Amino acid sequence: MHTGDHIPCSEFLNLSCNAMGSIQFDQVTLEFSGMSRPAVNQVSCEVASGELVVILGPSGCGKTTLLKMVNRLYEPTSGRIYIDGQDIKRLKPTKLRQKIGYVIQQSGLFPHMTVADNVAVVPKLLKWPNPRIQARVDELLQLVKLPPTEYRDRYPAQLSGGQQQRVGIARALAGDPAYMLMDEPFGAIDAITRTALQTEILRLQQQLQKTILFVSHDVDEALRLGDRILVMNAGQIVQFDTPFNLLTQPADPFVHELLGADDMVRQLGLLTVNSAMMALPDNYQNGSKPTVNAVDNLRDALSLILKTGAPELSVVDQDKPVGLLTLEHIRSYAAEANR
Amino acid sequence: MGYLLNNPSEVGWLLWQHLQMTSITLLIAIAVAVPIALLITRYRWLSVPVMGTLGVIYTIPSLALIIFLVPVFGLNATSVIVAMVLYTQVILVRNLTVGLSSIDPAVLEASRGMGMSPWQRWWWVQVPLVLPVFVAGARIAAVVATAIATIGAKFNAGGLGQLLFDGIQTNRIDKIWAGSITVAVLAFAINALLLWLERRSHPTRKAQTK
Ligand SMILES: Nc1ncnc2c1ncn2[C@@H]1O[C@H](COP(=O)(O)OP(=O)(O)OP(=O)(O)O)[C@@H](O)[C@H]1O
Ligand SMILES: [Mg+2]
Repeated sequence: MHTGDHIPCSEFLNLSCNAMGSIQFDQVTLEFSGMSRPAVNQVSCEVASGELVVILGPSGCGKTTLLKMVNRLYEPTSGRIYIDGQDIKRLKPTKLRQKIGYVIQQSGLFPHMTVADNVAVVPKLLKWPNPRIQARVDELLQLVKLPPTEYRDRYPAQLSGGQQQRVGIARALAGDPAYMLMDEPFGAIDAITRTALQTEILRLQQQLQKTILFVSHDVDEALRLGDRILVMNAGQIVQFDTPFNLLTQPADPFVHELLGADDMVRQLGLLTVNSAMMALPDNYQNGSKPTVNAVDNLRDALSLILKTGAPELSVVDQDKPVGLLTLEHIRSYAAEANR
Repeated sequence: MGYLLNNPSEVGWLLWQHLQMTSITLLIAIAVAVPIALLITRYRWLSVPVMGTLGVIYTIPSLALIIFLVPVFGLNATSVIVAMVLYTQVILVRNLTVGLSSIDPAVLEASRGMGMSPWQRWWWVQVPLVLPVFVAGARIAAVVATAIATIGAKFNAGGLGQLLFDGIQTNRIDKIWAGSITVAVLAFAINALLLWLERRSHPTRKAQTK
C-alpha cells in the first residue's frame, strides 16, 4: 500500500501501460453460491481506450456477470479489474459508477421523471451547476436524435421502445464518461429499429470515442458493431479477436458454429467494396450502371447486383467513379480471404 | 341537527379531540410501519410471520383490544391510540411492501449502476414511486382510525363518541344524530383530502392531464 494509488499494471499483466481509458481483467472469477461452476472463470483480457468490444456468447455464459463486475454491481470472488490502470477496488463504488455509463436492456428509465430529468441524473450526482446540466441535456437529446423541444418534458411511458433506449443512451452519456457498459441495449427492440440504433451507436462512437463493453447474443449485431469480439462460453473466454479473424480463423468448433463461419454472405458483410473492386479502365464510360460506395460492404454490393441484374457496378467515392465491381470480383476476393 | 347548531362549541371541542386522536395515531402508525415495511422488503422471510401477526391483530374486536391495553397504559387516550396504531399496521405495512416490491427491478438496478447512494436511491426513486400506493394505504388507515376513535369516549379519551354514548345513556336522539353526522362528515372529509393527495402524488400526473 506504500506504492501510491497506481499499481503499474505491467507488474500483474504482461501489458502495455498506456492505461488511460482502458479496461483490464486479470484472472477474474466470480462464483455464485450454490452453482456448480463459476459464472465467470479466470477471465484475463484488455480492452483498449476507444475500443468497442462486443461480448458474445450463449445465454448463461456469464456476459452480464462479467459486465457488472466492472461497475462493481458484483464483486469478483478473485482476480482484479483495472480502469485507467487503477484497481477498481480502491475506488468508492458510487464514484466509480458515475464515471461509467450504464445502459440495460429494459432501459430502466425512471418512470416518474421526465426525459430531461432522467438524462440529468448523473450530472446532478456530479453536482454540476444547473445551467450546465440543462445545456447538456439538450445537447444529448440532439445527439440521440430526439429534438429537445418535443421530448424534454415527456415521461418514459409516452415514448416508444426505441425512443426509450435512445434516452437510456443519452442518460448514460450525460456525465461524459470515458467508459460505457451496455447490456443487450437493443435486445427487446424490433429488427428495423435495432438496425437504426446500431447505426446510431457506430456514429456516436466515431464522434465520441468511448471505451465500450457491449453485451449481445446476436451474431450480426456483434459483427457489425465490434472492433473486437470477446466470445465466451461457460464463464470462460473462448476467443477474443476482430470480427474478420473470428470468421476466417475460428479458434475451435464452438466459435465456428456460434458465428456461422461457413456463412459466406456474413463474411461479405465485413469486407469493403474498395478492397475487391478493379480500377477504372482508361476508356471508361459510366453509362447507367448502378453505383455503390467504395466504403460499402460486399454484402450490400452483392444484393444490389442480384436485385438489379446488372453485370457490373460502378464504384464511387464521394460521387466520383473510382472503380468497377463484378460478381466475379466478389467471388474471387471472398475465396482469397478465406484461405 | 338542532343539537349541533345549539352547541357548536361543545361539538367543536369533541371534533378537535377526535381529529387529534386520529392524526396522532396516523403519525405514529406511519413511523412504525415504514421501518417494518423496509425490513420485510429487505428480508423476505419476515413477510409471512409479520403480516400474519398484523392480520391476526386486525381481527380482534376493537373494544376487546383496548380493554387488553388498559392495564398497561391506563384508562385514557393512550390505550385507544396504541390500539388504533396496532390496527392500522396491517393496512400501512401491506401497502408499503406491495408498493416497494412493485418497483421495476431494472429501475433500481439503473439507479445503482448510475452511482446513486442508498440514501439518494430512497429519496429520488423509491419514495416518489411508492408514494401513491402509500397514500392510498394511509387514507384507508385514517378512515378506520376515525371510526375506531369513536369508542375512545368509553375510555376517557373524549372525541365525538362522547355524543353517541351520552345520547344512548340519556336517551337523547338529537345527540346521537349530532355525533353520527359529525363522525360521518369527518370521515368523508379525511377521505377526500387524502384522495386528493393520492392523485397529486401520482408520478406521471402531469403527463396524464396534459
Ligand atoms: N445474482 C445471481 N445469483 C446466482 N446466480 C447467478 C446470478 N446472476 C447470474 N447467475 C448465474 O450465473 C450464470 C451467468 O449468468 P449471466 O447473467 O452472466 O449470463 P448471460 O451470459 O448474461 O446470459 P443472458 O444472455 O441470458 O443474459 C448463469 O448460470 C446464472 O444462472
Ligand atoms: Mg445477460
